[in-house]
Amino acid sequence: MSSIRSRRILAAVSGGLGFALVLTACSSSTPSDNSKAAGGADCAAYKAYGDLSGKSVSVYTGIVTPEDKPYMDSYKPFEKCTGAKIKYVGDKAFETQILVRAKAGNPPDIAIVPQPGLLKQLVATGAAKEAPQAVAANVDKFWGADWKAYGTVGGKFYAAPSGASVKSMVWYSPKEFKDKGYKIPTTLAELKTLSDTMATGGKKPWCAGIASGEATGWPVTDWMEDFMLRLSGPDAYDQWVTHKIAFNSAGPTAALDAVGGYLKNDKYVNGGLGDVKSIASTTFQDGGLPILQGTCSLHRQASFYASNFPKGTKVAEDGDVFAFYLPGVQATDRPVLGGGEFNLAFADRPEVKAFQTYLSTDTWANNKAKISSDLTGGGWITANKGLDVANLVNPIDKLSATILQDPKTVFRFDGSDLMPAAVGSDAFWKQSTAWITGQSTKDTVDKIEAAWPKS
Amino acid sequence: MDTSVKILTMLLAILLFVAVVGVMLFIASRAERKGAQFVAYVFLFPSILMLSVGLLYPAVKTIYASFFDAAGQAFIGLGNYHTIFSSSDEITVLRNTVLWVVVTPFVATAIGLLYAILVEGAKAEAFAKAVIFLPMAISMVAASIIWKFVYEFRPDQPGVNQIGLLNQVLVWLGGSPQQWLLNTPWNTFFLIVVMIWIQAGFAMTILSASIKAIPDDIIEAARLDGVGSLGMFRFVTLPMIRPSVIVVLTTIAIGTLKVFDVVRTMTGGNFGTNVVANEFYSQSFRASNEGLGSALAVLLFILVVPIVVYNIRQLRASESR
Repeated sequence: MSSIRSRRILAAVSGGLGFALVLTACSSSTPSDNSKAAGGADCAAYKAYGDLSGKSVSVYTGIVTPEDKPYMDSYKPFEKCTGAKIKYVGDKAFETQILVRAKAGNPPDIAIVPQPGLLKQLVATGAAKEAPQAVAANVDKFWGADWKAYGTVGGKFYAAPSGASVKSMVWYSPKEFKDKGYKIPTTLAELKTLSDTMATGGKKPWCAGIASGEATGWPVTDWMEDFMLRLSGPDAYDQWVTHKIAFNSAGPTAALDAVGGYLKNDKYVNGGLGDVKSIASTTFQDGGLPILQGTCSLHRQASFYASNFPKGTKVAEDGDVFAFYLPGVQATDRPVLGGGEFNLAFADRPEVKAFQTYLSTDTWANNKAKISSDLTGGGWITANKGLDVANLVNPIDKLSATILQDPKTVFRFDGSDLMPAAVGSDAFWKQSTAWITGQSTKDTVDKIEAAWPKS
Repeated sequence: MDTSVKILTMLLAILLFVAVVGVMLFIASRAERKGAQFVAYVFLFPSILMLSVGLLYPAVKTIYASFFDAAGQAFIGLGNYHTIFSSSDEITVLRNTVLWVVVTPFVATAIGLLYAILVEGAKAEAFAKAVIFLPMAISMVAASIIWKFVYEFRPDQPGVNQIGLLNQVLVWLGGSPQQWLLNTPWNTFFLIVVMIWIQAGFAMTILSASIKAIPDDIIEAARLDGVGSLGMFRFVTLPMIRPSVIVVLTTIAIGTLKVFDVVRTMTGGNFGTNVVANEFYSQSFRASNEGLGSALAVLLFILVVPIVVYNIRQLRASESR
């Protein structure tokens, strides 16, 4: 008995000891080498930030491999010239974790926030800091008022925009357009005429896919937002997104019906993929691929769709596929639907302010664009007007940046990202999917309106 | 986090576990002379602690939250429960859950039982059993992805090939491809097939074991009395394995009530295939409607409890024999 007991004591002691040993082993981490800064640009542009040696700034984001590398590299000139150290942490669970961290009093210095709605929630926690004067000045200089408004909460300006994407794009085959003599439409009416012309031979000109796991339906919400913005104008769009007008009022209903003129029109869809219902079962990644086979001619999807085409596809004005801007009602209208990220600070230490300012400059925008072009072949743009389009390598990035920088452009953020979660990431998706598989427009808008949180 | 850190964390957790168990054993050994009851309490303490922190507290909190609105601010009484039983979408959810619970356990058990009887004493019994048991080893999500491919739809157009097994078979037979997962209410049955595919192996294993446990003398006596094979099944096998059948039925029913992975992976709850567990998840975490989500969780709990109680009773009954 006593031998068993002493063995037990031994087990307890050894277990505890081992535990303590591993703890000590944990605490000594190896320092990583960070002295090899890339860029090599001269430090004149960074003089204003002063000497920040020994200081560090933490950045927390949802951007992970492989897109994180260009970000880290774009910070290197700043690190090299000021001596500050930037700690970049990418986390796929960013969108839920950042709220937890902000509420728990453990926020990062800077968070790259992908949605204005989330930005509002973060500011509401009281942990966020207003943007310094220098950042506000840069944003006034390099961005339109529409962009600044998305970084502003309750009249106070918090966050400068970072990257951007353009959603108002229609993919097509340049070769087909050339062979058949089709012209790129400049108004919505022309787009309709073009679709009809294409459909006369029995071909279904449009293809679409909205399946996307639990987010199934989101491409329809983009369609509807694009048409709402075009048919009712930016002011009505803002009212719709903020629920100042009801979801089932005349404007949104007309917008969804207009989308139905394309997506629920069995003469138009679903080229190479089946009937109208097949839109619901086709993944959004596969939705535009029939263009390559020639079974479909037009596909409305954001600029990022470029990366969905198989390797070897030439995405250019003279290539296999390219995109044109989804036109407005008038040829002079320039409404653009898109998305983007914002840099929100949770600290106002000098080095954080300096880094925040760097991120809002044209210097950073061009550094980032160059590095993205080198490392990942592009795929990154910003609405920063200081961005030199020549720094973008791929044609679709160039087109998107040109659209964003056009002074006539009226930019609006993806509405479902701005609506409350109960609508923007639940009812709007679900009901749009039901709409594709047969539910009427009226039932659809009524049900989404009913899901809008009271209060 | 890189791999070495993860392994280190795992080692830490194991060591922590060993240390805790060691300390407990130590305390218990020191306390032995204080009487058996005290020792029992010492050993019960961790379980009670973990049950109350991990089960009791969340359960009470969830029930409490189910009486509040979406933001968890205003008390709305039974408002969330009213929504569940009045909104047309939620009623579809309830209807589907009923379909799942009624169809899956009976069909899976029937198939398992039939299979167990058919392969009983057959030549390659072990192999035949392994084949049907194999789906049990596949996770629900993986199984759903496999079946999603089986149901995959491609249009009936020249130059387009079917990639879904079911539609290809249909095309070979001269039919035209169907959207299996899109048309209500049939799509729910196509999802149920996946669950049956997984659970039939479980039913077969348990039932086969209890068939083998039937004493040979009973079978012999029945044979001498001139009972045919159908009669043998009806009057000997079935009554003898009745407790096992009920345990299998209820276990599958509990699993089916909680079905989530299959629906979420294959349709995301769209096309009228949603079930309570999936709706509870999407209300709580996507629509951030904690109130309604909690109410659905409570409803699920209420539905599961009687089956669990019945299951445990039957389990005890079959053990005591």
